[in-house]
Amino acid sequence: MRVVIVGAGEVGSSIAESLASEHDVVVVDVDSDRVESITYSLDVLAITGDGTDLDVMAEAGVADADIVIASTDDDETNLATCGTASTVSDAFTIARVKSANYLDTWEHSEGAFGVDFMVCTDLLTAQAIVRLISLPTAHDVDPFAGGKVQMAEFDVTEASPIAGQTVSEADRFDSLTFAAVVRDGEVEIARGETVIDAGTRVVVIGNPESVRSFASAVAVERPAIDDVVVVGGSTIGYLVADLLERRGFAPRLIERDPERARDLAERLSGSRVLEHDATDQTFLEREHVGDADMVVATLGSDERCLLVSLLAKRLGVERAVAVVEEHEYVDVFEAVGVDVAVNPRMVTAEEITRFTREDRAENVAIIASDRAEVLEIEVDPDSVLAGRPIREAMGDIPEGVVIGALTRDGEFVTPRGDTVVEVGDHVVVFVREDVREEVTTEL
Amino acid sequence: MYVDWRASASLVGTVLQYLTLTLSIPVVVGLVYGDPLVPFAATGVVTLAAGTGLARLDPDPDLGMREAFLMVAATWLAVAIVGALPYVVAGNGTVAQPTNALFESMSGFTTTGATVMGDISFDTHSHALLMWRQLTQWLGGMGIVVLAVAILPELSVGGAQLMDAEAPGPGIEKLTPRIAETARALWGIYLGLTVLEIVLLLGLNQVGLAPEMGPYNAVAHGFTTLPTGGFSPEAYSIEAFSAAVQWLIVPFMVAAGTNFALFWYALNGDLSRLRQDSEFRFYAGVIGATTAVVAGTLFTGAGLATLPAEMAGIVGDLEPSLRHAAFQAVSMITTTGYASVDFNAWGMPSQMLLFLALFVGGSAGSTGGAIKIVRWLVILKSIRRELFTTVHPDDVRPVRLGGRALDERAIRGIYAFTLLYFALFALGVLLVMLDAGRVGYGVTGYEVMSAVGATIGNVGPGFGAVGPMNSYLHFPWSSKLLMVALMWFGRLEVLPVLVLFTPGYWRR
Repeated sequence: MRVVIVGAGEVGSSIAESLASEHDVVVVDVDSDRVESITYSLDVLAITGDGTDLDVMAEAGVADADIVIASTDDDETNLATCGTASTVSDAFTIARVKSANYLDTWEHSEGAFGVDFMVCTDLLTAQAIVRLISLPTAHDVDPFAGGKVQMAEFDVTEASPIAGQTVSEADRFDSLTFAAVVRDGEVEIARGETVIDAGTRVVVIGNPESVRSFASAVAVERPAIDDVVVVGGSTIGYLVADLLERRGFAPRLIERDPERARDLAERLSGSRVLEHDATDQTFLEREHVGDADMVVATLGSDERCLLVSLLAKRLGVERAVAVVEEHEYVDVFEAVGVDVAVNPRMVTAEEITRFTREDRAENVAIIASDRAEVLEIEVDPDSVLAGRPIREAMGDIPEGVVIGALTRDGEFVTPRGDTVVEVGDHVVVFVREDVREEVTTEL
Repeated sequence: MYVDWRASASLVGTVLQYLTLTLSIPVVVGLVYGDPLVPFAATGVVTLAAGTGLARLDPDPDLGMREAFLMVAATWLAVAIVGALPYVVAGNGTVAQPTNALFESMSGFTTTGATVMGDISFDTHSHALLMWRQLTQWLGGMGIVVLAVAILPELSVGGAQLMDAEAPGPGIEKLTPRIAETARALWGIYLGLTVLEIVLLLGLNQVGLAPEMGPYNAVAHGFTTLPTGGFSPEAYSIEAFSAAVQWLIVPFMVAAGTNFALFWYALNGDLSRLRQDSEFRFYAGVIGATTAVVAGTLFTGAGLATLPAEMAGIVGDLEPSLRHAAFQAVSMITTTGYASVDFNAWGMPSQMLLFLALFVGGSAGSTGGAIKIVRWLVILKSIRRELFTTVHPDDVRPVRLGGRALDERAIRGIYAFTLLYFALFALGVLLVMLDAGRVGYGVTGYEVMSAVGATIGNVGPGFGAVGPMNSYLHFPWSSKLLMVALMWFGRLEVLPVLVLFTPGYWRR
């Protein structure tokens, strides 16, 4: 496939990187320095120019392209790029936007702006945060097969009942598969004898109920999250509060700008909006923010997010989630005490990549900074799995793969060794990065 | 001059010209009953002449915001003056005296229902004149200016401003893009409900449940229920009719105190608006609660040391207790002012509840007067907010009405209005007390307070000397003129009139 990516920022480069091995990728960016660096670092064609310029797009070969991805940091440029591309090409267009208004318009009439698929950065980020809140102990949660299957990552602490157990000892949950154990950034496929040590992170795949019961088992008497404080009334902050309201939460939202606070208070009828500087400790103590189960920092500035998260943790907040714009900060933040750092660009890149992968891979989640992936695949007649029991098929599949879950006609099926996979089934597989390419062609 | 008073006066003239047409109704009644028609003919000539003269002041009136206030306030005063003429020309009874006639006319148009007629009977007054008295309330109910906006094309631009100044409640609700269509829709609903009530009253009469409710009475009461007026050609108000009539009038009074926009939505198939409207729910709750408590005090005879003859059939009897409680609570809350019984005989607890109801009022966009349910709702909600923010000073908490956040300026306006309303009430009480003392008229403070509350709130009857079966006749002329002003202020919700008396209005 020929993929044209307009905008080689973090999102664009990250998508280009994941696609470069399998597809012909052309990257277009206005910044010639960026273009130069990409030319050398990735195996893609990089062109300097404006994506809304028809000549530049012709040079990028947009007429023969299968997919056009507009991923600059500017909404209007992205929409215009898709619009421009759709005038000269039948390519599938994907636009990245920040504003939820554009997404609303696009959802009302799909195909609006010449966009075939729209990805809203802020909304995706908010959704990712809300998923964390509904599964409080998880590090990352991704839904598959229309929500019938969930993949979740959990940190294993000293106090956790499964700490020090082997996978077969710990595996007492119905409809749940242990996929991998991440130890010091290294992905280890979960075998029966793999030991789950404290300090590692486990990746499990199962139906939502089993994931939830697993979550409450690994969590040592940690109560379900109820009291959430969102700090910062950015669009992400607003969307998080809004999504939480719809799930029956009554979050508190702290915003220091009076006008913005008033505006938010008018729009959020189920939240309590507080107008104050969230770095003021007396204020935080007066409002008992320390008693909150979770603090979500979405202040728009990474440094302030870190400050607030750490302050909240010091006051006794159970968990702190920070939105981090700078990709490199994610690990740093998590190292100094922020429980989860969410990077909107990573979330976006993940969503776009999921859409660009070969048609059969319908959904994807990236584990441990690209060292592994969880994919959802619809089984076709050519697949090595088709019509065979899993135990038998596994012999033809390289190591580094775990079949996590299966859905048949929208129903969850727990994969056991003797389960026969049928054509049309959706399988959710955990795949280590080094064998991904091989696996996606075989399955 | 920074106010183009000619434009305002010209439009007042146009309204007067149209008002002449309405005189045809008492003329028809007069023809049927063989009454003298001179009072209406003379009024017609004077009104038409005055109207035409005023209309000539400015052949092409252009209304700004200031002119709109002047026009609305002046219209109501002019209409009340013209409406007093038939009483004076007819020359019968106490209302022939000009001050009394003006009081009766203003009380009519503002749908107050306070009367200075010493003897309400066909022995003293003609059928035609008493029908004119009923008609003034019907014309004033949905609003003379709203009616003018509905029919006069030249008011289409400034129309929203005019209706805003006249319509009850904070702000108006445009139902259609064109204000004239909105005005027509409101008048259409108003007319429809009036006709429905008349038909149902006649129906009761036909099946024998209301022998006294003949065609004349049915029309007369239809004319004064929907505008929350309260005038009746019967000296004993609704007490003169059967229990069935009293029960039937209750829902129509409730409807009159409801926001007419809700009926419009209901007619367009959107019944959920009526169910979900927070003001309507609060309104229904207030009516229900007041009725229940009043019924309880009536049933038990609370506050009554001895049982007066009037209460004999009520205390200890469930249906009459409930009926009179519901009727009187609804009548006072919606500011109608009908009486199904002389509540002067009631125990003090029941009376006090009705007295407090003088200040409640109907819904915004209804024909009711007083402070209005929606303002109380906003005040209660904002007090609840104050209590919360006292403990949580950083909380940003908009006051919501039906899910929509209210502008802080609107809330401030509601507080200002309510405070001003009570200030005027207090000032009125003080002046009337002083005036009564001047002429040696022995009224109690309670009676004066009820009289002032009932006139500024456009309710009608008060308590004691101004009770439902008595009249305002014995107040000195100066107090009556003060009450005329209070009714005028009250109908237009104080501010549009009061603003004319500020120097800033007339300056640049």
